[in-house]
Amino acid sequence: MDTRFIRYRKVKNNLFKGIVILFSFLCTIPLFCILYYIIRKGIKEINWHFLIRLPMPVGEVGGGIANALSGSMMIVLVAAVIAIPFGILAGIYLSENKDKKLAYWSRLSADIMQGIPSIVTGIVVYFWIVKPMKSFSALSGSVALAMMMLPIVVRTTEETLLRIPNSFKEAALALGVPYHRVILRVIVPCGLSGILSGSLLAVARIAGETAPLLFTAFGNPYMNVNIFKPMQSLPLMIYNYAISPYDQWHNMAWGAAMILLIWILLLNLLTKLVTKRWRIQL
Amino acid sequence: MENTIIKCENFNAWFGDNHVVKSVTMDIPKNNLTAVMGPSGCGKTTFLRCINRMHELAPDARTEGSLKLYQDEVYDIHPILLRQKIGMVFQHPNPFPNMSIYDNVVAGYKLNGIKLSKAERDDIVEDSLRKAALWMEVRDTLRKKGTFLSGGQQQRLCIARAIAMKPEVLLLDEPTSALDPVSTSSIEELLIDLKKNYTIIIVTHNMQQAARISDRTAFFYMGELAEYDHTKQMFISPKDKRTQNYITGRFS
Repeated sequence: MDTRFIRYRKVKNNLFKGIVILFSFLCTIPLFCILYYIIRKGIKEINWHFLIRLPMPVGEVGGGIANALSGSMMIVLVAAVIAIPFGILAGIYLSENKDKKLAYWSRLSADIMQGIPSIVTGIVVYFWIVKPMKSFSALSGSVALAMMMLPIVVRTTEETLLRIPNSFKEAALALGVPYHRVILRVIVPCGLSGILSGSLLAVARIAGETAPLLFTAFGNPYMNVNIFKPMQSLPLMIYNYAISPYDQWHNMAWGAAMILLIWILLLNLLTKLVTKRWRIQL
Repeated sequence: MENTIIKCENFNAWFGDNHVVKSVTMDIPKNNLTAVMGPSGCGKTTFLRCINRMHELAPDARTEGSLKLYQDEVYDIHPILLRQKIGMVFQHPNPFPNMSIYDNVVAGYKLNGIKLSKAERDDIVEDSLRKAALWMEVRDTLRKKGTFLSGGQQQRLCIARAIAMKPEVLLLDEPTSALDPVSTSSIEELLIDLKKNYTIIIVTHNMQQAARISDRTAFFYMGELAEYDHTKQMFISPKDKRTQNYITGRFS
């Protein structure tokens, strides 16, 4: 009787283990499907000229995505420059003043902001910046993306710093070190890998955003490096080309999608590297 | 008492409504090793942290009465200056994990933005590590992270970090309670050696430790200073009933 009971439990255990393994395997399938499809469709478009040339009028072959690529990089860079310092400073405040009212409200608003649909962010920025300045601009696009990055940076910074034991802060304070130096020279360096990887992940997260750019950066078929003028970006270009009626543009959209995907994969790899390189044994 | 470095008179400390240190009056002599012992929750650690104002990290902390370093009221000295004069070593070794052994020793200078020449820094590092009896073990690995050391070595590194600032007083909050017996005895030897040059106040949970290394012992009970005397005197013939009960192991 005993052995039967144990055999039954063994079967149950193995069944459970099998289900868990199966589902974690299923989780990887969508990624590989996307990769497979995009590479199959996009790879034949990609060559050196594709990266450095401007788009051609419909019917002419050999156009490229130089304007979208440079535009995307610029918009994302400006967004990062706005959001990362803000986010890190706010994250420091939240981790240092867990129980303050202000911390409660800003934590709550960061969490809510993460859930705001990106198209809504785009519309708000349209009314804030595009309308008063009377022009679509890369800058307004960056602001919209920065608003999406901000809560991610705030929360990862906060969570990273909360994990750093209080004893290091005490050690520094007991040496007579002023509070701001304790934070900037001890606490933040101890959490550097977490803060950096959170920021990089936030960049990866917004690099492919389309909706916030529709009413802000707007898109531009020409090369533009002025952030006060409309600017093309990869997701916008993919969107515009994919809904066009031309086969050649569809193909270019696949190519651009692959470039965007590679970019995001590289950012993720970089994040892993940074985490490993700057990890500090606490 | 002549040669007094720290002088408390009717000193009280609270956390919120919790009266933790009650009307303590005692003089701590220079270049002596003073042990503060007592059962858990008797206010000994709070008392220690009042001396360099570390208890103020708790938002609802307040104090009353007089606590002087030489002639100066501790609560009139800016905490930043005070803590440079009064070093502290904690219960758990806490070398900065983002710094090498070398940088940990001069951390007090680096983090305070005090500029030193390379030669001065090298001198301070070697001198402090020698005083902390760690130099021979780490002189070839000064550039390695401090967190690679063993627990006892880490604690001696923390002592080196504290004495590198050339403090008047060194406060130790149960420095050996997280260490094994071998590391404990090496730290104890080190402390006996260090008291020639520094005034040391050590909080300890361990009576034997107090008896082994201290010149004077203060016994705290429920926030009060029950007895304060030469260590030998206290362990041989305690005057206070509570001390007697504690030493004879009737409670702990």
